[in-house]
Amino acid sequence: MSQRVLDALKAKFGDAIVATESQHGDEVAVVKRDKLKDVATWLRDDKAMAFDTPVFVTCIDLLDWRPVKAPGKPSSTRPEWDGVAPRFEVCWQLRSLAHRHRVRLKVALAENDVKVPSLTPLWSGFEWQERETFDMYGIEFVGHHDLRRIYLYDEFVGYPLRKDYPKEKRQPLVRRPDLVGDH
Amino acid sequence: MLELVTTKLEDVANWGRKFSLFSYPFVTACCGMEFMSVAAPKYDIARFGAEFPRFSPRQSDLLMIVGTITEKQGPALRRVYDQMAEPKWVIAFGVCASTGGFYQNYHAMPGADQVVPVDVYIPGCPPRPEQVLDAIMLLMERVQRKDGHSQLRLKREKIVLEQQRALDDD
Repeated sequence: MSQRVLDALKAKFGDAIVATESQHGDEVAVVKRDKLKDVATWLRDDKAMAFDTPVFVTCIDLLDWRPVKAPGKPSSTRPEWDGVAPRFEVCWQLRSLAHRHRVRLKVALAENDVKVPSLTPLWSGFEWQERETFDMYGIEFVGHHDLRRIYLYDEFVGYPLRKDYPKEKRQPLVRRPDLVGDH
Repeated sequence: MLELVTTKLEDVANWGRKFSLFSYPFVTACCGMEFMSVAAPKYDIARFGAEFPRFSPRQSDLLMIVGTITEKQGPALRRVYDQMAEPKWVIAFGVCASTGGFYQNYHAMPGADQVVPVDVYIPGCPPRPEQVLDAIMLLMERVQRKDGHSQLRLKREKIVLEQQRALDDD
């Protein structure tokens, strides 16, 4: 669908594009972290790309990654870039209303280094979604002007959508003082 | 004689209370649709005198907790309950308000009774209007009996009586 965007990215940036893939009409480009800002700026400002609409930001936690087995298909392999199997993948989905094409930028992150450049200065529509990704996954968006929790309360410790957050762990703000021994 | 008059007075007052429950709808989720349906003419809780939602806790005596309560909402719910004047009653409307429902995670409270005492629980996701009417009738019985988990005044009286009795034993 938007294969020409991927081709243009590879021709323009070469090594900075670690990998590309296409699935169900969605084009994905995995970008090196320190080149993300350049790639995104070019995608926004180039006349032939003109990505004017931010769609979403999210993160994928690959902690429990297992190969998908489907009959008749080779089993998938864990994504591995620069020799490191990443813990997190941060995704930005972009869309061009002018050219009617879209692309997804991905950055792979190791577990102990979750800093990633923020794209909020380029598309202000990403502001709250990057805050949400920070809230739920603890991804630190460098360059975001107001990075703090958006849904959860300030007292909350940890990041609940990480796969290693205990499923039933609750962090109550209030409980009834008379709950024990009342009825 | 005086005792007889005061107990009968209390009965009359409770009879009045049970047919004029002013509800505060603490509506947070999809159960609100069913609450509207109960309040609307087809099922019509006006037949039980409970049709008048007051959006001020000061003027209401029935707290309807309609929908999922999250941990973040806990302090707000507790505050609304504390602001209500006694006597007051609480209904947990729907399975989320009663037990947390199908949520078992970091954000949903396992039942609103973690924060405020609840008198009547209505199961269902969401409950049928008939169940809500049934719950209101159950609550009316309790009101007439001067009963209720949330009756702090009664609890205080009971504690004072027990202390009195302990003193008398000494």
